[in-house]
Amino acid sequence: MIEIPDFVPAIPELFILSMACIVLIADLYISDERRVITYLLSLATLVIAALLTINLHDTETVYTFSGTFIKDPMSDVLKLFVYLVSAVVFIYARGYLIERNLFKGEFYTLGLFGVLGMMIMISAHNFLSIYLGLELLSLSLYAMVALQRDSIHASEAAMKYFVLGAIASGLLLYGMSLLFGVTGTLDIKEFADALASKNLTGASQNGISQNGISQNIVLILGTVMVISGMAFKLGAVPFHMWVPDIYHGAPTAVTLYISSAPKIAAFAMIMRLLVDGLGGLHAQWQDILILMAILSMGIGNIIAIAQANIKRMLAYSTISHVGFIMLGILSGSKVGYSAAMFYAIVYAIMSAGGFGMVLLMSRAGFEADKLDDFKGLNERSSWYAFMMLILMFSMAGVPPTIGFYAKLSVIQSVVKADLVWLAVVAVIFSIIGAFYYLRIIKLMYFDKAEENAQITSTPDMRFILSLNSLAVLALGIFPANLMAICNAAISSLVLI
Amino acid sequence: MGIDVIIFYFFAAVLVFAAGMVVTVRNPVFAALFLVLAFFTSAAIWMLLEAEFLALTLILVYVGAVMVLFLFVVMMLDINLAVLKEGFARYLPAGIVVALLLIAQLAVIVGPEQFGLDKIASPAMHGTEYSNTKELGRVLYTEYLYPFEIASAILLVAIIAAIALTLRKRRVRDLMPPEKQVAVQRKDRVRLVKMESEKKKA
Amino acid sequence: MVELLEQSLSWLPGNAVILTVIIVKILVIVLPLMGAVAYLTLAERKVIGYIQVRIGPNRVGPRGLLQPIADAVKLLMKETILPSNANRFLFLLGPVLALAPALAAWAVIPFDEGWVLADVNAGLLYILAMTSMGVYGVIIAGWASNSKYAFLGALRSAAQIVSYEIAMGFAIVGVLLAGGSLNIGEIVTAQQGSFIHWFWLPLLPLFFIYFISGVAETNRAPFDVAEGESEIVAGFHVEYSAMTFSVFFLAEYANMILVAMLAALMFLGGWLSPFEGIPGLETLFSWVPGIVWLLAKCAFFCFLYLWFRATFPRYRYDQIMRLGWKVFIPITIVWLMVVGGLVVAEAGPWFD
Repeated sequence: MIEIPDFVPAIPELFILSMACIVLIADLYISDERRVITYLLSLATLVIAALLTINLHDTETVYTFSGTFIKDPMSDVLKLFVYLVSAVVFIYARGYLIERNLFKGEFYTLGLFGVLGMMIMISAHNFLSIYLGLELLSLSLYAMVALQRDSIHASEAAMKYFVLGAIASGLLLYGMSLLFGVTGTLDIKEFADALASKNLTGASQNGISQNGISQNIVLILGTVMVISGMAFKLGAVPFHMWVPDIYHGAPTAVTLYISSAPKIAAFAMIMRLLVDGLGGLHAQWQDILILMAILSMGIGNIIAIAQANIKRMLAYSTISHVGFIMLGILSGSKVGYSAAMFYAIVYAIMSAGGFGMVLLMSRAGFEADKLDDFKGLNERSSWYAFMMLILMFSMAGVPPTIGFYAKLSVIQSVVKADLVWLAVVAVIFSIIGAFYYLRIIKLMYFDKAEENAQITSTPDMRFILSLNSLAVLALGIFPANLMAICNAAISSLVLI
Repeated sequence: MGIDVIIFYFFAAVLVFAAGMVVTVRNPVFAALFLVLAFFTSAAIWMLLEAEFLALTLILVYVGAVMVLFLFVVMMLDINLAVLKEGFARYLPAGIVVALLLIAQLAVIVGPEQFGLDKIASPAMHGTEYSNTKELGRVLYTEYLYPFEIASAILLVAIIAAIALTLRKRRVRDLMPPEKQVAVQRKDRVRLVKMESEKKKA
Repeated sequence: MVELLEQSLSWLPGNAVILTVIIVKILVIVLPLMGAVAYLTLAERKVIGYIQVRIGPNRVGPRGLLQPIADAVKLLMKETILPSNANRFLFLLGPVLALAPALAAWAVIPFDEGWVLADVNAGLLYILAMTSMGVYGVIIAGWASNSKYAFLGALRSAAQIVSYEIAMGFAIVGVLLAGGSLNIGEIVTAQQGSFIHWFWLPLLPLFFIYFISGVAETNRAPFDVAEGESEIVAGFHVEYSAMTFSVFFLAEYANMILVAMLAALMFLGGWLSPFEGIPGLETLFSWVPGIVWLLAKCAFFCFLYLWFRATFPRYRYDQIMRLGWKVFIPITIVWLMVVGGLVVAEAGPWFD
């Protein structure tokens, strides 16, 4: 007899999927003048999905669809932040898209499908669902980058993103297939059990009996491949080359989308794959992550100094922040995981604000993506200069903004894992990084304005952007609540 | 040696040959046709593994549809091979070294030492009653329902992306609406211009 | 009969016996098929002739019955011309690739209960796969001829066949749902009862779509844009002459008969008698062997082909594409849902 799976835990996913289809079809019948309906419908979708997720929230961990789907407190929290950040992105993007004739239903439909992809990654409990969620997200992103199809830069960026993304997917899949070959299962829990009990199929019985799983060459290669694929998608050094080009080439509204919510999903993917699945090999992947974290922080922070384009600068800043997120994960403790989770969420919020500022400054025919475009912002609008000041302080990790607590908690967890030298390296690099964030503040407050055009944008964007920046400050003053949420989510995680 | 072994080696040899020709042959149309041959022979090998559904779908989808469209494009495009092959000889040594390294690594990692028949037994052969199609369908719609549905969402996104990136609205035809034509007045169309008579140059 | 053959060959080694039996079976299918193709061409000329109120060929043999043989002899004797700038190998491979799948598909066609060369599980899928390969003959021929008209014909044909294959595939999925099997023999058995039980009724839209797509797949009028003699001379086979041309001809007609045969098997109960379940008539006609019914149904569909050709003007290319993508595919998808619902509800008299 066929068992009907339990659909209740996946209601938010099902809702987003159906709404994405409805938005897609509804958009066909909406004239260009009333395109705002699509926009409102997408926002409503996110809001209702958030309500559904809150309603279904439970401290229990639930599996469904033959164990390919997991719903635990961590997934609920991460999904809520994905909705939040995506909604903010949709709001910021509207004015920019209208000015560039890109305000079409596809941006929002693809955006919703991207959100669905992130949710699937967050709730994945099987290598297959992780991979497919990632593909759903990536495919939506490739298309969104290319949406401005008459722009050479956007097309080039989309092509690069697509080709490199496909290679990364290949690496990830190849790694997963090797891991499957070793254990004979794709289910994350069964996989972790197999590792723990060393009950591996043929491939490696020799290896095991002699040296334990750490010497199993297939297992190690599979892990390395999986990590490479993930690092590619995250943009960690040495797989970072695509990040600046794509951030620069894509329309700023899309860059905003790529740089924010997907980082939360990427964190979830690392948690599911490395911590849940490959937790037994922690000692092995810790070394790889340490190396990648140091390189990411170093190269990200140092090369960012040389950038004259703020989108490229923020791209390198992303790379360095990814390094910090990795610090939390490699420490291998629940404190570290919750610090990394905190960092990922905070980064998504900061990044939304940062690119939101670039969007705010831009107008038809003017991208505002040069550092010089921020010169003398204080004269033109002291309020937004102040908002940017908060965001830059936060990215640099200056107290009392939230960025400071994010960095602090990650570094603390590294210290607790007896990697004091690594903590020192991280601190040094974040001090180096502070230079280029502070340079923007200098440009805004101490240089003469070259541009004097009025800053125009939609009122909803101005309101939300101010709220976004103030939230960065407010959360910095009262970080305990968010920290407690992250701690609670991580502590209920079922680890083996 | 049973007849199935002979069949296997025959198809395997053809497959390797065809795959090699895909990358080495000069004419892109020939390359595409060799790819068709490669698909066809791998379908035959799948057939030997009792995976008749996969084998026939491979032919139906890849040979019958994807490669046809591929050939369509390759034949229409006038691909300049000289440009594409430029630097082929220059990069060949590096390419060979990398390829050999990869092969050596793969041989160590997924070779018979790790995945040999003594490590992982070959799957049991099924009787004539066994239907690969039915089994696949059962698993896809029960155990792997979730991934299967996500895959459909991915394909939907691919369709949206393809259409959004390529569909251009047709140029509106420059027809005059009849009601406007009827309502035209003389003053809308005729403009009398007073001009000084031009002086002829000598 | 098969046993008899096997006994008389018992002095051969085991594999050789199997091989001989298979070859004999293939000959038993292919030779009559070739004969049917030959006389289908005659039927075509006769039928179209009568529709146009003229007589058609009537000089060679009694009532023109030897006309196909005369045609065949003529084509055999003519010179095979190889265009000077054509790709020789592919130019000759084209017709072969057109004919081989057209014949290979017949392997799984049952002519009566158990009268089948290969009784495989995934018979329908096999037929779909084989017929989908037929397009390569056309494409390769068009490209290798090194001629504009041939190339245009090949491109038109490729786009058309790929488009209609989807609708056709969906129609066949409907049959699969209704019959609960991919084996054609089992699909026919599932239609047992009376002519009301045949699948043409619950699958009516799919039945029409299947046959129309079949006409399009075989590049027959009114979908014959690949040949389009008034537009692109003769399309993909404009450069072919003599035997190479006649091989294309054979392939086209073999495919036509195949589509007709499949329509009869999948929607009109195959070899089942139309009088089944009707008291009186059933016993009256019980002596008729099943293959006769099957061939009669097949002949009906073949006649439809000719009727279409004599009646309809050729479609314009974009209209063909619109019909395939915007009409047929949506209808098939909707009807698949309906069939699925009927099967789940076990709606009688077909699915109970």
